[in-house]
Amino acid sequence: MLRELVNKLSDPIISFPMVTIGFYLMLKYYKIVGTKKFAYWTTALLIPITTWFLADPNFFSIIKTPDNIPIIILLLLVGFVTWFAIHKAAENDTRIEAGLCPIEATPENREKVWSWPNLVYTELFAMIACTAFLVVWAIIFKAPLEESANPTWAPNPAKAPWYFLGLQEMLVYFDPWMAGVVLPGLIVAGLIAVPYIDTNPKGNGYFTFKERKMAITAFLYGWLVLWVYLIIVGVFLRGPNWTFYGPFEFWDFHKVVASFNVNLSEIIWIKMLGVGLPKNLVIREIFGIILSVAYISLIPPWAAKATKAGRELFLNLGATRYYIFMFLVLMMTSLPIKMILRWLFSLKYIVALPEWELNL
Amino acid sequence: MSFDSKQSLNRREFFSYLTVGWVMFTAATSGLLALCFRFTYPNVNFEPEMEFVAGLTTDYPSGVDERWKNSYGVWMVKQEGKLVALSNICTHLGCIPNWLPAELKFKCPCHGSGYYMSGINFEGPTPRPLERFKVGLQPDGKIKVDKTKIYRWEKGEWENPDSYLEV
Repeated sequence: MLRELVNKLSDPIISFPMVTIGFYLMLKYYKIVGTKKFAYWTTALLIPITTWFLADPNFFSIIKTPDNIPIIILLLLVGFVTWFAIHKAAENDTRIEAGLCPIEATPENREKVWSWPNLVYTELFAMIACTAFLVVWAIIFKAPLEESANPTWAPNPAKAPWYFLGLQEMLVYFDPWMAGVVLPGLIVAGLIAVPYIDTNPKGNGYFTFKERKMAITAFLYGWLVLWVYLIIVGVFLRGPNWTFYGPFEFWDFHKVVASFNVNLSEIIWIKMLGVGLPKNLVIREIFGIILSVAYISLIPPWAAKATKAGRELFLNLGATRYYIFMFLVLMMTSLPIKMILRWLFSLKYIVALPEWELNL
Repeated sequence: MSFDSKQSLNRREFFSYLTVGWVMFTAATSGLLALCFRFTYPNVNFEPEMEFVAGLTTDYPSGVDERWKNSYGVWMVKQEGKLVALSNICTHLGCIPNWLPAELKFKCPCHGSGYYMSGINFEGPTPRPLERFKVGLQPDGKIKVDKTKIYRWEKGEWENPDSYLEV
């Protein structure tokens, strides 16, 4: 009963909004989340829940795959590191509000040490510990070798390495050209552009959230929700035929999911206007093209004029930085938008021009 | 003694030694590079033949026939009086879909793209239908499948008489 509920809730249609709301609440009440009491209570709650999850044979069989063990380490580390940063930021923000300097700037923390031996020794021990860990790992968990490669056969489900499963999950909603080349390229380009776009001098050398709200929110949303969450979905919730399976569900190869995806052009021309698809390709896709162009080119100037946050941002960054920043943000939000459109309207592509290998 | 021998190396000799050294170094490097380049080509090519003879049209029952899937990557689909050779490569990102006889569809294990028996896409992210290969009859009445020529539905190429056989 409870297991069925968890299966239902973990469907991306429900879990994605839940994770987004959870993310919003985490940052809104970050001073509560950042307390040690909160961390103890969460850990105390998570231990019985995890045990309950592991007691299920279907879930356990996914977890114990050697491929999936790093993701458990990843989840624990991401959880801890995120909480640790919030904890430090909450402490510092309380001090800054009280008119004190951040903890990192107190006289006892400003004391300097030599990089030799202090830093080099630490690095040496980290290196040795890491190597020892990898050796033990390699002895305990064998590399999962499968049958030899066959160009006319693919395993089912065919899964990328766990760290790429977020990208693979993205590919469910996009053309490979978009999700495989353009969006990952923009992630890299965007990360390179960060120091040039970010003009906020605060938060240098100390933890803070209040002084860098926008930067931290944008980064953490992309990292926690659009990357880590999608990896979790890809690892735990995608089974044969890339169909969704709840964490307690058996991976039944014959699970039938009725889905029929349509392009925006089909929805508008056939369903709404009641006429067939026009022969001319550009006319056929004109609504999608207008929408996409408007999304990229109209929202930034509108936000700079009409919204308070946009006006401030425009003044702080200047026109060039502002438009580059907004372009990157809009490309990032195109992923959740496309996911939601797929779930709500079974929308396949906004612009579908397979004749030109162009699908948005 | 050693001081004298160093002195005996004059400018011309020094440069000829240097030239010999550089020529040998360059030769060794380019030889190594050529060896590395050779490694980029496979010793054995496991790719299936691009053309094959697929028996008589009467060999195929109605529906999807998987006998050439593993050897040549081709599904023979007989439906509505036509026999076609469908490519088994997903048009989304090039995985190999599976034929699910119970659900009467091709389903890709990588991102969940789905195709009807005819090869038309209907679910998942795939933007276009599976591709057809050229099929023709030999003088002895056997089918010849030519994978070098493909026919794409969205370009209207499935109307081409080379893309199917009347049965």
